[in-house]
Amino acid sequence: MIEIKNIYKKFGKLEVLSDVNLSCKKGECIALIGPNGCGKTTLIKSILGMVLPDKGSIAFNGKTVLKEYLYRENIGYMPQIGRYPDNMTIGQIIEMIKKIRNSTNELDEDLLKAFELEKMFDKKMRTLSGGTTQKVSAVLAFLFNPDVLILDEPTAGLDPLASEILKEKIIKEKEKGKLIFITSHLLSELDDLITEIIFMQDGKVFFHKKVALLKAETGEDKISKAIAQVLKKNKDEQNH
Amino acid sequence: MNRIIKIILLDILKNKIVLAYTLILAVLSWSSFALEDNSAKGILTILNVILFTVPLVSILFSTIYLYNSSEFIELLLSQPIKRRKIWLSLFFGLSLAMVLAFFVGAGIPLLINSPDGVGLMMLIVGCLISLVFVALAFLSSIMTRDKAKGIGIAIMTWLYFALLFDGIVLFLLFQFSDYPIENAMVGVTALSPIDLARIQILLHLDVSAMMGYTGAIFKDFFGTSIGLFVSFLLLCLWVVIPFFISLRKFNRKDL
Repeated sequence: MIEIKNIYKKFGKLEVLSDVNLSCKKGECIALIGPNGCGKTTLIKSILGMVLPDKGSIAFNGKTVLKEYLYRENIGYMPQIGRYPDNMTIGQIIEMIKKIRNSTNELDEDLLKAFELEKMFDKKMRTLSGGTTQKVSAVLAFLFNPDVLILDEPTAGLDPLASEILKEKIIKEKEKGKLIFITSHLLSELDDLITEIIFMQDGKVFFHKKVALLKAETGEDKISKAIAQVLKKNKDEQNH
Repeated sequence: MNRIIKIILLDILKNKIVLAYTLILAVLSWSSFALEDNSAKGILTILNVILFTVPLVSILFSTIYLYNSSEFIELLLSQPIKRRKIWLSLFFGLSLAMVLAFFVGAGIPLLINSPDGVGLMMLIVGCLISLVFVALAFLSSIMTRDKAKGIGIAIMTWLYFALLFDGIVLFLLFQFSDYPIENAMVGVTALSPIDLARIQILLHLDVSAMMGYTGAIFKDFFGTSIGLFVSFLLLCLWVVIPFFISLRKFNRKDL
């Protein structure tokens, strides 16, 4: 569904992405992990066309995304830090996006109800806490029933109850056969969600494996431990 | 596109600054017609006021508005909308708001007190000047991510066109007064939209007689219909070129 080939991106002298190749199919739930500043968000923004890569190609359903925009109808994006116009209310933001999308599909308002945002419809965005802003971002990402969901640190800032609601929703959407990207630092949260892992380091894809395979190779049953073992092994190899 | 322009326009018109700007223009225009006994003098007063305030408010308000809508732009970019369309909608929204404010504030008194060619000319020139400085605001806000720097560039741009440019032209005039530079001066005015507008109006007011030999050369060029056409074309280029440079930059910007 999404094919990324030989992507390079530099911000000034800093090489953020170098020679990234990825291929993702329907029904996969992929965790994008790696240390801070390894290029996860840049990669996601390149898929969305917010960051334009220097070299390489990105294809969505077989068509290139460069200079295209309609493919974004099929993507729901939840940013790491949602930034919204300060003096608009929650209700106005949601109304505005609905108008802009002008979509005829049925809207998915599950999260809107689960987070009880309707009670706060006339609160201005600047008065909201970080967690509530995250909830608005999540609602907008799921609202139009997109085929692909890109969630950049979805549970950061959410209270345990809200993050549980969001996790359940993600699992539900996964079972519908959607492609889901999640970046997160909380590996323990990912255990029952994901089917594949992409580990990035210094702008490169370090490995891209199925979770089951990774667990079998390392003999661990927790993702966090499995990854720690892979990294340790890699370090040992470098030292010798 | 219309949906986005509508959202932006409504958002701007809700802003009290635009309302205040309209009121100030109205007060200035009505009072300058009331103070002077004939409408030509009134127009001359308004001309000076307009050529000072309209560029300043247009460029500053638009630059600040663009920086403040960076979140809005980011939000729209993750939606299925073309980049061009976002930038064009912002431009149309801001231009419409500024032109509307100018029309209500200064246009109505102009049309009532001086319902002739000069009044109409003044109205068109004022609208074009608003557009020029909105376009320059787009250019200055795309140059840098830093809000303070961007606003600084906007203020410097206004300062340059409103004050410095005239100073430089005056300096050149004195330095080269021994040479026949009158024709060259016509070319130099094309480099400043404010001067283009000013000369255009002055020539229609018959005060060009007071501008000496240079005034006669100006009258020879700008007074003809070709000159009129060329100067309007130049003003339009002042809108289109800065905006298109900013559009190109926006299309390649990483957000």
